[in-house]
Amino acid sequence: MVKSLTEAERQIALAISVAVAFCGLVLAAAGTQDTIEVHGWLILIFGAICAVVVIRDLWEPEPPKSRLESYYDDPIKAGIIASMAWAVVAMFVGVWVAALLAFPDLTFDSAWASFGRLRPVHTSGVIFGFGGNALIATSFHVVQRTSRARLPDQLSPWFVLVGYNLFCILAASGYLLGVTQSKEYAEAEWYADIWLVIVWVTYFVLYIRTLARRKEPHIYVANWYFMAFILVVAILHIINNLAVPVSLGHAKSYTIWSGVQDAMVQWWYGHNAVAFFLTAGFLGMLYYYLPIRAQRPIFSYRLSILSFWGITFFYMWAGSHHLHYTALPHWVQTLGMTFSVMLLVPSWASAGNALLTLNGAWHCVRDDATLRFMMVAAVFYGISTFEGSFLAIRPVNSLSHYTDWTVGHVHAGALGWVALITFGSFYTLVPSLWKREKMYSSALVEWHFWLALAGTLVYIFAMWNSGIIQGLMWRTYTEEGTLAYSFLDSLRAMYPYYIARTFGGLLFLIGAVIGSYNMWRTIRASPSSAAIEGDVPLNVTTAVVRG
Amino acid sequence: MAELFHRKLERSTIGFVLAIVAAASVGGLVEIAPLFTIDETVEKAPDMRLYTPLELAGRNIYVREGCYACHSQMIRTLQDEVERYGPYSLAVESKYDHPMLWGSKRTGPDLARIGGKYSDFWHVAHLTNPREVVPDSNMPAYSWLARTALRVDDLPLHLKALRAAGVPYTDAMIENASIDAYDQATPESSTSSGVADRYGKETQVRVFDDVATEVTEMDALVAYLQVLGRLTDAPYKNTAAPQKPPGPVK
Repeated sequence: MVKSLTEAERQIALAISVAVAFCGLVLAAAGTQDTIEVHGWLILIFGAICAVVVIRDLWEPEPPKSRLESYYDDPIKAGIIASMAWAVVAMFVGVWVAALLAFPDLTFDSAWASFGRLRPVHTSGVIFGFGGNALIATSFHVVQRTSRARLPDQLSPWFVLVGYNLFCILAASGYLLGVTQSKEYAEAEWYADIWLVIVWVTYFVLYIRTLARRKEPHIYVANWYFMAFILVVAILHIINNLAVPVSLGHAKSYTIWSGVQDAMVQWWYGHNAVAFFLTAGFLGMLYYYLPIRAQRPIFSYRLSILSFWGITFFYMWAGSHHLHYTALPHWVQTLGMTFSVMLLVPSWASAGNALLTLNGAWHCVRDDATLRFMMVAAVFYGISTFEGSFLAIRPVNSLSHYTDWTVGHVHAGALGWVALITFGSFYTLVPSLWKREKMYSSALVEWHFWLALAGTLVYIFAMWNSGIIQGLMWRTYTEEGTLAYSFLDSLRAMYPYYIARTFGGLLFLIGAVIGSYNMWRTIRASPSSAAIEGDVPLNVTTAVVRG
Repeated sequence: MAELFHRKLERSTIGFVLAIVAAASVGGLVEIAPLFTIDETVEKAPDMRLYTPLELAGRNIYVREGCYACHSQMIRTLQDEVERYGPYSLAVESKYDHPMLWGSKRTGPDLARIGGKYSDFWHVAHLTNPREVVPDSNMPAYSWLARTALRVDDLPLHLKALRAAGVPYTDAMIENASIDAYDQATPESSTSSGVADRYGKETQVRVFDDVATEVTEMDALVAYLQVLGRLTDAPYKNTAAPQKPPGPVK
């Protein structure tokens, strides 16, 4: 990877690595009595490893000028591998925490293995580790292809990818150490948050620079979504994580928001992390890889526009539906509910657009498990957005809130939509990136598909059942007008479903392991000789050579 | 015409970026900004107390262990919740909570009014091994809390950071934070009246974990749990009736 950097880029990379290592040293020195010391050393080691990697190839010859006649795909490959590694690890932790709810003594009497610490490792691991790496990798791929332009330099994509993974490592390891803000999906502490801002701004600038170099007059719809994802996640992340650190030597910080305002900011963030991380970015994937795989153009351009602006505008209002019947003022709850219901329109516009694109290609869906991954993803996107609008209605929420129904809903989206569209995109991308004719085994893709689908269904049916039972038990009255069930009664009723959901999650995990193995074997296979026709950036020079 | 305009917009990167920022900003601005300006958002409660340093340390343990993942601290305005947990939560009760811990999931019960419902002894036994006292519980055991000494030397820094974030801790509170934390859990110490002077006479000064020789994380966490819902009387004076849950409840 370092060999493809120019000499100047290698020097900057070395300087950045040393600077990162130095920051680690400062944190380690300042925080000798605090858990931040561990993170200081971790950052130091990370920076040092990067520096060594750069130094090893520092004096290699410059990459040839001919590199500019092809797309820059190395960081995309690394991103896919990182994404699948995070998937396996974080889904394993998911199965583990699911098991903990049914078998709570699996914690070995140690702090790091308790549910409360492992749960954010699972959530951040799948959302940011698996999902984030997948988004970074596919966005680099899509923006180059749809712009017919190479990434503007070799260093910044690596900085974004490697820096982002440093954030993920700091986040996940921090939770095990007890470093957390206890803000859902934004648990990482202040220094990791600041680092993510630096990485994210670089990502944004890189994306805009690539778009500025485009040879196509129009920006393709997939890029609209990736842009919305990058931009809005930056806004959300910065505002929600504003905090006062206890000191430079403390991992702990106190958020500047408090009470009801904090609740609103948190769920404005939380719900839009779903919207712009787990929806917009992955719709970017859908709008590129689904038509590519189906060999059909997107069904409707107008629907794409309607859906994009609907999602971008409506979602930002919807967060307050997480706070129905709470101390949040009623008018904010009502606004959140209203916009959540209206969200169904742009959501279904995209789901419908995807499915209608497949018209004329349904025989491919039948035969090709990769395309089937994406088709089912679109279906689950439709189902979970409908469920989301439904659960946001205040009286429905009175039953579903605080129960496993919410967890089931999240997983219908996260497993059925986010993970399946990612796997479908990866199965399209891996053979083409590594110049292989096809995946190592299409039978294993089939196995992965059916395991993933079965796992998702088992999981969400278990959670629907447990959630609705729980919600009903909590509000059931006896003839005498007293509450019929104690909290413990409702917990006892949950155990069978907690075991079922662990099993569903296990199926999904096995699928992901099989997928990783299949991709690994594909990468290790010998390359096919035939290059993909036209998969090059449109340069003046190449145009002349070809002309 | 609308489509024509969009085709133009699609050709401009900066234009598109600005349009996204504009479209995405409205919702947050309309819903969040007024929460700081409309007075009724947070009720008045003159008797609202601050967390003592020991309770704050306990709260930080609650945060550190991720208790919010399974326990809410927000009783909704629904009749069944009020009957199960107590008067519904008011915004003022979490006025000094950085962050709020309203939670989103009840794998275990709500804790907004847990303070005073059980004895210290029960809490210590329950945290040490939940299944000793609640055989069907699926809560993890937190037995190491009682073996871990509480770090109190940096508590002034914590109070200072909170003051910067808007909690009205006084200079005296910040200065005495470490000693106050120690004293609250060791009533025999000569200075233990100081903490009650600074934080109000309702402050619970006692040995929380049954071991008077050392202040442990168990002391802090139990002190925090025992003050939950007891920082102000406002919710008990609130007269608005809770709503009946919608739908069939028979």
